[in-house]
Amino acid sequence: MAGAPCGVADGATVRRVGRALARIRGFFAERDVLEVQPPCLGPAAMDPALKSIPVSGASADGTTAYLQTSPESAMKAMLAAGSGDIYYLGPAWRGGERGRWHAAEFTLLEWYRIGFDHHRLMDEVAALAALLVGERPVERCTYREAFRRHAGVDPLTDPDAVLADALTRQGIQLHGTTPERDEALDLLLSHTVGPALGRGTLTFLDGFPASQAALARLDEDDPRTARRFELFIDGLEIANGYHELTDARAQRERFRAEQAERRRAGQPVHALDERLLTALEQGVPDCAGVALGVDRLLALALGAQSLREVRGADG
Amino acid sequence: MATYSTNEFKGGLKIMLDGDPYSIVENEFVKPGKGQAFNRVKLRNLKTNRVVEKTFKSGESVEAADVMETELQYLYNDGEFWYFMDPTSFEQKAAPAGAVGDAANWIKEQDTCTVILWNDAPLQVEAPNFVDLKVIETDPGVRGDTSSGGTKPAKLETGATVRVPLFIEEGEVLRVDTRKAEYVSRAKD
Repeated sequence: MAGAPCGVADGATVRRVGRALARIRGFFAERDVLEVQPPCLGPAAMDPALKSIPVSGASADGTTAYLQTSPESAMKAMLAAGSGDIYYLGPAWRGGERGRWHAAEFTLLEWYRIGFDHHRLMDEVAALAALLVGERPVERCTYREAFRRHAGVDPLTDPDAVLADALTRQGIQLHGTTPERDEALDLLLSHTVGPALGRGTLTFLDGFPASQAALARLDEDDPRTARRFELFIDGLEIANGYHELTDARAQRERFRAEQAERRRAGQPVHALDERLLTALEQGVPDCAGVALGVDRLLALALGAQSLREVRGADG
Repeated sequence: MATYSTNEFKGGLKIMLDGDPYSIVENEFVKPGKGQAFNRVKLRNLKTNRVVEKTFKSGESVEAADVMETELQYLYNDGEFWYFMDPTSFEQKAAPAGAVGDAANWIKEQDTCTVILWNDAPLQVEAPNFVDLKVIETDPGVRGDTSSGGTKPAKLETGATVRVPLFIEEGEVLRVDTRKAEYVSRAKD
């Protein structure tokens, strides 16, 4: 799409995006969820799959700070400080992510609801998504069911060899190495299962494997799975949410495991995110939270074929 | 050894894969919400022209293929190899019949061809889009019949056969579109 001279989107798109952002803010105002402005500079992300972009000399003591990959740890500190229900609508940054549906800088909507579990939050996410892309049937599907249906495997019980066969059947060849279990699942999710979800619907995938719990608590009824969900619309992953893990000790263990994973993969090993750990130690109330890719949702709402059409060429 | 990171992947980039040179046709960055990012890539094998799909872990590096495009002059063939010359260095390169492929139907001595070199050896020879070739064999021309739209086969000096209008005579020089293997017109000279 032809961009304006300075690389932003065309005027009509800028206006439609602006009206959509106003509707999002209206949605939260009605629900008495307050907008917050967490600092965008802070500690690096622990997640080995995320690359934090460093800004040298930007931390309080003059050392390197990192652009947030999400406002999660700062917002949890706010929750621990007694903020109540809050949301953030603004930029986040992830190094090395560039493509039709990825950009190093993107607009994130993240919100936390005290006393909600992930099911109640999914209802609210559906309401917000419908506000922008219109009413669609809402569908819920477990991670396990989706993999059975679209990849012919049981992601919780099938041995690695069966997952490897499924990859071969789908014509997915990973260059150089044999994928590890979670990589095999990620390959199937990103190549086969995900693109099949949310066709004409709002489809929530929930009950991710415990190994992919991220910051979600495990499901007490089936500890092989985590209370983590994602929303798919027309094959695109739009949002990722959790019934939040609030146990500081369990979180510290997960961070340590992520550090070990980074060390093993030869990635930079960052200091533990003590801001989040301190927040959890102080006591983050029982809550559910979700992060939603606003540019992707707007692209769907505007019928755009890439983030670039919504954000402009420099986006 | 030059390498490319997946961050540099784009259409046309030449990389090595399992010992063969490939050209990237399409590159898509995919990533589940949390978890490993991948580059899902369509690649053309430059030896076989087959297109395959491969997935790379994002951030991985792969060896660059030493592939370049040159304009070389065709000299002659001995049935096994086709010989080309670099018009500036006068250096000669021998291309096996497999690398010449269909271009063999169209090129004659002194034609300039696009030759794809891999590790300095011809990998693919492309005939010029249009060539002028003499008819060495065809049925006698039907004089005056320039509009009936009928055609007949004509054998060209390179051995290839194309369909030509009925009025074309042996000994005439024709302009041929090598991509479609079609007669275009009588050559103007």
